[in-house]
Amino acid sequence: MAERKLFKGNEAVAEAAVRAGCRYFFGYPITPQNEIPEYMARRLPEVGGLFLQAESEVAAINMVYGAAGTGARVMTSSSSPGISLKQEGISYIAGAELPCLIVNMVRGGPGLGGIQPAQSDYFQAVKGGGHGDYYTIVYAPASIQEMVDLTMQAFDVAETYRMPVMILGDGVLGQMMEPVEFREPAPREVPAKDWATTGAKDGRAPRLINSIYLQPEALFKHNLKIAERFEQAKKNEVMCEKAKTDDADIVLVAYGTTARICRSVMDRARAAGLKVGLIRPITVSPFPYDEIGEVARTAKAFLTVEMSLGQMVEDVKVAVSGAAPVHFYGTTGGVIPTAAEILERVEEIARAEVRK
Amino acid sequence: MLEELIISGFGGQGVMVMGQLLSYAGLFEGKNVSWIPSYGPEMRGGTANCSVVISTDPIGSPIVSEPLSVIVMNRPSLDRFEPALRPGGVLVYNSSLIDRMPTRSDVRVIAVPANDMAAELGSGRVANMCALGAYLAATRVVSMDSIAESLKEVLPARRHNLIPLNVKALEAGAELAK
Repeated sequence: MAERKLFKGNEAVAEAAVRAGCRYFFGYPITPQNEIPEYMARRLPEVGGLFLQAESEVAAINMVYGAAGTGARVMTSSSSPGISLKQEGISYIAGAELPCLIVNMVRGGPGLGGIQPAQSDYFQAVKGGGHGDYYTIVYAPASIQEMVDLTMQAFDVAETYRMPVMILGDGVLGQMMEPVEFREPAPREVPAKDWATTGAKDGRAPRLINSIYLQPEALFKHNLKIAERFEQAKKNEVMCEKAKTDDADIVLVAYGTTARICRSVMDRARAAGLKVGLIRPITVSPFPYDEIGEVARTAKAFLTVEMSLGQMVEDVKVAVSGAAPVHFYGTTGGVIPTAAEILERVEEIARAEVRK
Repeated sequence: MLEELIISGFGGQGVMVMGQLLSYAGLFEGKNVSWIPSYGPEMRGGTANCSVVISTDPIGSPIVSEPLSVIVMNRPSLDRFEPALRPGGVLVYNSSLIDRMPTRSDVRVIAVPANDMAAELGSGRVANMCALGAYLAATRVVSMDSIAESLKEVLPARRHNLIPLNVKALEAGAELAK
């Protein structure tokens, strides 16, 4: 086993990106993710890369767009308000079919909000975010190790489907320290970058990177091509963890930090004799609809827990498709739900199920 | 085995380092560990804290709201975290700087005159190690050897000459809780 070291989440995600071949970082500071640019400023010059603090988030994401167009492995990171500013650029990058990595260490919103952890950017992250018909692949790690593992493969995935990949973290995952081991991901066959604008000096035909298609039929075709790639991602990339769902009456659904708390809830509920399970989406886009639907055949009720007022719960309802009631418990504004309050909700649901 | 601990004090008292030492020690002993600082709009001279969880099971929330143990290095930290401590828990407080006695009678209270002890040892900067030593002797969450080993990870190489002094402070603190 390789050596395990304690890493702060923000620094771990940055180191993982460098090890995955990222050589360019463009960003603008915001709490609670500032250790990412800080780390990159020190680390990237060591590997012949470039760190640049842009004059704004809008500038930073457009620098990502430019670097991605050359086929380079490039990333940016920010937190909620900063990611909102980057959405125009993300839409352009998706339209231009370019790979890149975006990290969002989510904080409480709307507006400037606060700096404490939240999951209220779910809609923005998984339903496109910017304008136009597109999706991105979004990972929601629940530990620093998982964040590292997902980041190590994120560039391969982005290049395979030619679309931005997002790591959806939160203030807890950015700030906490856990033991981490950097391990190589399973090798993937990544298609050649026959679209990269690297200079047509050898006489090859010039390439053009753009997202403008003024003929509706041409844009229709273009969007279908992007959608087809996301369909492939739905087939190949969905990741989700199920714990004790086989015999579960009540199934918790949660991602990221909240899923960790729900795991404690599940253990406590099981110790009290309640059959509780947990489904933890690891990709929240594409969403594990089928995996949840499968569990809905046997579970009596679902409880979705989020640090938001109810966003992922809509996807859980689609997945469960009326087969069982889908309850919701959420905190917002940077407040982290406690295991005790979630357990109370679980017990309420259990009592209601008995009365039925 | 599960320990959920809050360490709190003024910025500069070394509370973050205490948490990191415990985390590394737990890691060396093959346990699951997590460390997370408070990261509010803290200001210089203000109070900061960190949550540490050490467990043989996977760790749920890394943020501790009902600690099993509390180490407080200043008065505002005692006022804030004494009520949160679970019954039967351990409260280590820095009696050099805290001008009141803890009021809880359902927890084990250990007074450590950390600043005075550190001054006697020759450096006020090891006050945190005196408190940490007392905590370790009271809880035995990790061994003193593992903490000494983690000093190598947490202290920068140019400070490794200070490891013996830190160990001495840990041992002095431990004497108080035996």
